[in-house]
Amino acid sequence: MSPNNLESLNYILPEMIVTLSVLVLVILDLLVDGEKKRLMTGVTVAALVLTLFSIAALYRAGERSLFEGMMALDAFSLFFKMLFVVATILAAVFSLESADVGSRRIGEFYALLMALVLGGFLMASATDLLMMYLALEMVSIPSYLLSGFQKEVRRSNEAAIKYVIYGGVSSGVMIYGLSLLYGMTGTTNLYKMAEVLSTSQPYPLTLFVGIAFAMAGFGYKVASVPFHFWCPDVYEGAPTPVTAFLSIAPKAAGFAMLARFFYSGVAHQAGAQLAFTGVDWPFLLAVIAAFTMTLGNVVAVWQDNLKRLLAYSSIAHAGYMMMGVVTLSGEGLRAMMFYLMAYLLMNLGAFLVVILMARRLNGEDIGAYKGLGARSLFVAVVLTIFLFSLTGLPPTIGLIGKIYLFAALIEHKWYWLAVIGVLNGVVALYYYARIVRAMFLEQPATAEPIALPGRSLALLTAIAAPTVLFGLYWTPLIDLADRSMRMLTGP
Amino acid sequence: MGPLSLITFIPLLGAIVILFIPKEKETAVKVVALVATGICLLIAAQLYVGFDNSKPGAPDPAGMQFVEGPYPWIPSFNISYYMGLDGLSLPMVLLTALLCFICIVASWNIKQSLRGYFSLFLLLDTGMQGVFCSLDFFLFYIFWEIMLLPMYFLIGIWGSQEDRREYSAIKFFLYTLVGSVLLLLAMLAFYFATTPHTFNMLTIMQQAGTFSRTFQTYIYLAMFIGFAIKVPIFPFHTWLPDAHVAAPTAVSVILAGVLLKMGTYGLFRFNFPMTPEASQYFGWMLAVLGAVNIIYGALCAMAQSDLKKLVAYSSISHMGISLLGMAALTPRGMVGSLMQMFNHGTITAMMFLLVGVVYDRVHHRQIDNFGGLRTKVPIYAGIFSLAFFAALGLPGLSGFIGEALCFIGAFPVYRTITIISLTGVVLTAGYVLWMLQRVLLGPLNPRYEDLPEISGREVFTLAPLGAIVVVLGIWPAPLLNLMTSSMNNLARIFAP
Repeated sequence: MSPNNLESLNYILPEMIVTLSVLVLVILDLLVDGEKKRLMTGVTVAALVLTLFSIAALYRAGERSLFEGMMALDAFSLFFKMLFVVATILAAVFSLESADVGSRRIGEFYALLMALVLGGFLMASATDLLMMYLALEMVSIPSYLLSGFQKEVRRSNEAAIKYVIYGGVSSGVMIYGLSLLYGMTGTTNLYKMAEVLSTSQPYPLTLFVGIAFAMAGFGYKVASVPFHFWCPDVYEGAPTPVTAFLSIAPKAAGFAMLARFFYSGVAHQAGAQLAFTGVDWPFLLAVIAAFTMTLGNVVAVWQDNLKRLLAYSSIAHAGYMMMGVVTLSGEGLRAMMFYLMAYLLMNLGAFLVVILMARRLNGEDIGAYKGLGARSLFVAVVLTIFLFSLTGLPPTIGLIGKIYLFAALIEHKWYWLAVIGVLNGVVALYYYARIVRAMFLEQPATAEPIALPGRSLALLTAIAAPTVLFGLYWTPLIDLADRSMRMLTGP
Repeated sequence: MGPLSLITFIPLLGAIVILFIPKEKETAVKVVALVATGICLLIAAQLYVGFDNSKPGAPDPAGMQFVEGPYPWIPSFNISYYMGLDGLSLPMVLLTALLCFICIVASWNIKQSLRGYFSLFLLLDTGMQGVFCSLDFFLFYIFWEIMLLPMYFLIGIWGSQEDRREYSAIKFFLYTLVGSVLLLLAMLAFYFATTPHTFNMLTIMQQAGTFSRTFQTYIYLAMFIGFAIKVPIFPFHTWLPDAHVAAPTAVSVILAGVLLKMGTYGLFRFNFPMTPEASQYFGWMLAVLGAVNIIYGALCAMAQSDLKKLVAYSSISHMGISLLGMAALTPRGMVGSLMQMFNHGTITAMMFLLVGVVYDRVHHRQIDNFGGLRTKVPIYAGIFSLAFFAALGLPGLSGFIGEALCFIGAFPVYRTITIISLTGVVLTAGYVLWMLQRVLLGPLNPRYEDLPEISGREVFTLAPLGAIVVVLGIWPAPLLNLMTSSMNNLARIFAP
């Protein structure tokens, strides 16, 4: 069943397209002079759309292990790849709207972005410890470069340095954990590792340290407590389109890898349930989830800068999504995947407003949004939709995502976590509503109306409309998540 | 489309239409709102006429009337669009339709961003009707939460600045959201406790016997907190005085007239039939909290110098009577409780409207700054007295019927608690009469030499409510008959 290395090439068309586009972008950047932002964006988006089709085509190819157990081809990884592509398309279009990303180095920018996408693809499908580590680094390094992309801006440089240091430490800890796992099991393949762990009696402390250290890498990618410290500074300092992209794509990749690591590598099937040797991992994940969302939400209350606020809110959302992993069940996985789709829409939507308004309101502070309702009702309403969706109020996709997460928790009897989760939603309302309050309940400093070009309006509508419509009818999305739950089960 | 979908979604349609009217055409905006709520009122009248009093109501699907559905909405999660009425929900639907129509008229003098105000108001109307009509828990929850958004903006944008409207609005929002998220967990718990998994409220009620004692206890408490915040039951009441005082008149009317009733409606619709064992177990708690509400609310009302705050606290007291009635778990107490809900809705609406009338003229609400208004504005003083006498439970007016039934229903079950609660009636008489004396009687405060009399439009908002108060006070049968068989059927769960 498993194709050999040469045959495996047939199944990595999306990766090949992305790789090729990186090269094309670099070369094109050298050839074209002058204003090339539109051209470069066009090429990037075209390559991504092509990638999207090639991914969709692979859905029918069934499940396979590629490259001698290095990667998996399954619906699960394809789902995440589609998610990256959609997020990247949006980020590329956002860059057009943003002044943070200049025209001169735009080719470089998109080449890095595409390299990051390739890393994300590998993260989603890696089934070998080494491959996982390499993929993670492949995402990290372009992320550092992108967050420090504005060379002349101090904050951007600071963000990049912080990111590098935290990233370096986390991945160092991770590879140490992985080496312990290899030492214990004698394999780097996830499936063989699970087999050895379930049959042998590994020394519990070593096992615990190994997996806990490996968690450092995942935790850093999804920005969960206690590996979240880089997140607010990087989000605040990075160019906003990059922030928007970082808030979703690496997080999704981290969750894909985390889920695969626990489902395929650590747990083993015991009857209908997944079981663990040694440590009660679901409980520890639950504790991490609880701390992550509580910390993210509570600290967000004190933030006045919108990008920083959204950074803490993204930590909180990592906590929510972690709740889906906790149950180690199909329902939980499906809920997590559904929530990622919801989060992609609503969070990118909120960042788009920040991008559009940064120049027009002279800032990213909540104070700058005072009276926006009177100056541009449309933008204020759209931002309200995104914020209330992030809170989890109807009729938005955010509420539906939360309901699926809580449903999974309740079905698997994680009542205490569910209670903490819902109460977190109330805290979240407080700080999201602060922005809404500034926009509608407070008076603007100037009454001058803000006019947006039609393109920006269309883009906002294109994200806001599905946020609401999928909140009323979400069968297509849940069906997609349902179909995409299947992970490769063996080498 | 059946009448229930129409009564729910016509306001939403109106809200959408309003958004497309140019900003300058203010009258058109108001007329659209008026027409939308007017149609709803007509549908409500038709529902009243077409309602069959003898049908038993929930949990038997055949006992429900005007049923629509269940139509599958999200089949993979067993969510359906399912609506229907029984003797419990019909009075609430009638109340909502009536008050919404009146409130649109009462909002005629709103000046600031009309389109926003009226479209949010209509959205609120949709949410409220949806809550009372839904028979699917998920659908109910969506409507329940949708109400929060317009309410937040209505208080926050159109509220009064000196009463800290932003603070009150977010406080209301946060409090109610705490309640609704617990409700969300309860909803999911029911979904997984039923076989096959379902959100159908009637099916959940039918399977209530299979739920374990512990399950019932926890779920009861989760739902109870959710609904207690809405009622509001002491100690979850602190949002209410703030919100009521800060809200514009019409919104206060809706808050007190309809939104509070959703708490008690929820206890009747969800707690009693879905967790019957726990309801029986916690009956005493409900009675004690009812008594606390009655006395605490009355004492607080007595201490107020602000007329609107007095009315707000009187709501807490009057909802306590409703709680005491339902706590008895007997047909008489429960019918009394539902009567009290309806009557409080009409009476408190009148009181808030009357406070709004005088506030529009003098721009303050300090009881001690009035005096002798009787001589200057006799018609206003007459209606004012009628409303407040109804509130203190004067026999012959509708307030009396509900209160009496509640106390009579509760007395055999909770003798001591009922006797203690009855002191609340005396306190109520105390604060109402004392207030009437300071506002209406005595020499005319010279500041009000030029106080204009109540206008025709304002009388138009008050007259229908006043008529209902008087008619139901003498002849409660038209309302009583609607609810009797449904409430009897509900009480049958608790019959020994």
